[in-house]
Amino acid sequence: MIEKKVVKEEANFQKSEAFSRTMIPGTFARKMRTCLIWQFIRFAIINVKMIIVVGKSH
Amino acid sequence: MARLVVLGGGVAGHTTATFAAKWLGSAHEVVVVTPNAKWNWIPSNIWVGVGEMTKEEVTFDLAPVYAKAGITYKQAKAVSLNPEGNESSDKSFVSIEYTGQDKTGTIENLEYDYIVNATGPKLNFDATPGLGDGKGQMGNHTVSVCTADHAVHASHKLQEAIEKMKGGTRQKFLIGTGHGMCTCQGAAFEYIFNIENELRKAGVRDMADIKWISNESFLGDFGMGGIHMKVGGYVVSSKLFAESLYAERNIEWLIGAHTSKVENGKVEYELLDGSKGEEEFDFAMLIPPFAGVGIKAFAKDGSDITGTVFAPNGFMKVDANYGAGAYENWKASDWPRTYQNPTYSNMFAAGIAFAPPHLISKPMSSPNGTPINPTPPRTGMPSGIIGKAVAHSVCDLITKGDSAHLHEASMAEMGAACVASAGKGVFSGTAAAMTVYPVVPDFETFPGTGRDTDYTFGEIGLAGHWIKHILHFLFIYKAKLNPGWTLIPE
Ligand SMILES: Cc1cc2nc3c(=O)[nH]c(=O)nc-3n(C[C@H](O)[C@H](O)[C@H](O)COP(=O)(O)OP(=O)(O)OC[C@H]3O[C@@H](n4cnc5c(N)ncnc54)[C@H](O)[C@@H]3O)c2cc1C
Repeated sequence: MIEKKVVKEEANFQKSEAFSRTMIPGTFARKMRTCLIWQFIRFAIINVKMIIVVGKSH
Repeated sequence: MARLVVLGGGVAGHTTATFAAKWLGSAHEVVVVTPNAKWNWIPSNIWVGVGEMTKEEVTFDLAPVYAKAGITYKQAKAVSLNPEGNESSDKSFVSIEYTGQDKTGTIENLEYDYIVNATGPKLNFDATPGLGDGKGQMGNHTVSVCTADHAVHASHKLQEAIEKMKGGTRQKFLIGTGHGMCTCQGAAFEYIFNIENELRKAGVRDMADIKWISNESFLGDFGMGGIHMKVGGYVVSSKLFAESLYAERNIEWLIGAHTSKVENGKVEYELLDGSKGEEEFDFAMLIPPFAGVGIKAFAKDGSDITGTVFAPNGFMKVDANYGAGAYENWKASDWPRTYQNPTYSNMFAAGIAFAPPHLISKPMSSPNGTPINPTPPRTGMPSGIIGKAVAHSVCDLITKGDSAHLHEASMAEMGAACVASAGKGVFSGTAAAMTVYPVVPDFETFPGTGRDTDYTFGEIGLAGHWIKHILHFLFIYKAKLNPGWTLIPE
């Protein structure tokens, strides 16, 4: 008998047909959103990009 | 001494007035006419609407700030414009009606050399039966976060719903747009994720059904025809980005919907395929459609020239190409550059108050002929940048004469940064940070997606959340004209 494999992050795919046709982040992607080191790096990168956009807009 | 009158003390008008006062000094007069006593950092109304901030944290008194800047402040609303003067004088003037300063109801004719219309939107609740009260204000079936007072009311209603869920009663939340011609989907988008977060924090998420209703033909259109961005090595549509967010948080969506009627606990809608339906709710936040604030214009002989100065939707005509015609003919160059009124050269419009040449999203309607498409957003950053460019132009016209070069700020050449938070905690909140460049797609310069994908991106995480917090404090600091305010970009 095959053991049941429950992946919490994938549960919502079954909740609606529309949900099942899109992408839902897995554990790693979710962790990275609040991983302080990674988010500090992203903070610097997003800021630089935003400053460039602001500069191009004026 | 020349007089510049700025109508509206919101994002665009405040930017125009404060820069003009700084550049012109005491040699010329800058007057702000605005009906509100307080300045409001509108993006943070979202946090007020979920009880995470108070009204006081997102507003401040305008009078001391204008006194500090040497700006004459009139707490009043503009009623009509006489750009040619009247029978007894050739001087342009604006008629204003006081709403405060112990002169409520008093009418005054205020002469001007230059005028900037930055009156933002009229929140046109009455466009949808039941969304308004029939007297131009919000009705009592739904809530709004468009003003700080609305947001306070929304927060109370949310608390009531949370209490009901704690008591064992399931609640249905309906968030989105209240008409087929709405803009500002971004605000509703941010609010729905903040609501979802609040419900999780309160431990009642499993007692709530949350649904999005909007006039977008696809999720993630945002009134900009959607955006393409680089994610994980792919260039993807914002449709996938938005759908993923909703699916992850178990939020259903109903799109291509014109909300045609609102009743107690129920909306009626029509979809792009012409079908009609109903959706029940216990709590609904539906953004109203926007229109111009309804200022009239009169010629010297007193004849009504409102249709010459303003577009049918009430927004002021500027140097845009209003004759572009069908969607296939639309170009980035249709969008205005100087925001000068084509008939009266001493008149400008900034921010939401200018009439866009056409939509950005593809125009759509149901088989019954009901238009169902988002109207173009003019968010904070473009409103501020336009306000500053207009201030520059007017100052040059005053100091260098009528032949001075006008400053340009086309939405087809400027970007916008938008950060939609979901929650507020410093280590627990996350936000979708999005940057789009340019706001209006330019398929001649960027033939693939209409935008520069190096600077059009979106991602979710704490970083965006920190940026949202910083922006809140930075923009309020700047608007209060604290030391170094001119160094903070719009
Ligand atoms: C809930 C919400 C969240 C938002 N979040 C974001 C965001 O995260 N990022 C972003 O970039 N943008 C956001 N926006 C959009 C942003 O708030 C607007 O783009 C911006 O406020 C437009 O500036 P404005 O000066 O044109 O209009 P407003 O800021 O609305 O200012 C108009 C001013 O004119 C005054 N006025 C009205 N009638 C008259 C009259 N007859 N005479 C004189 N004055 C008058 C009004 O009282 C007001 O002070 C959000 C909007 C909402 C509603």
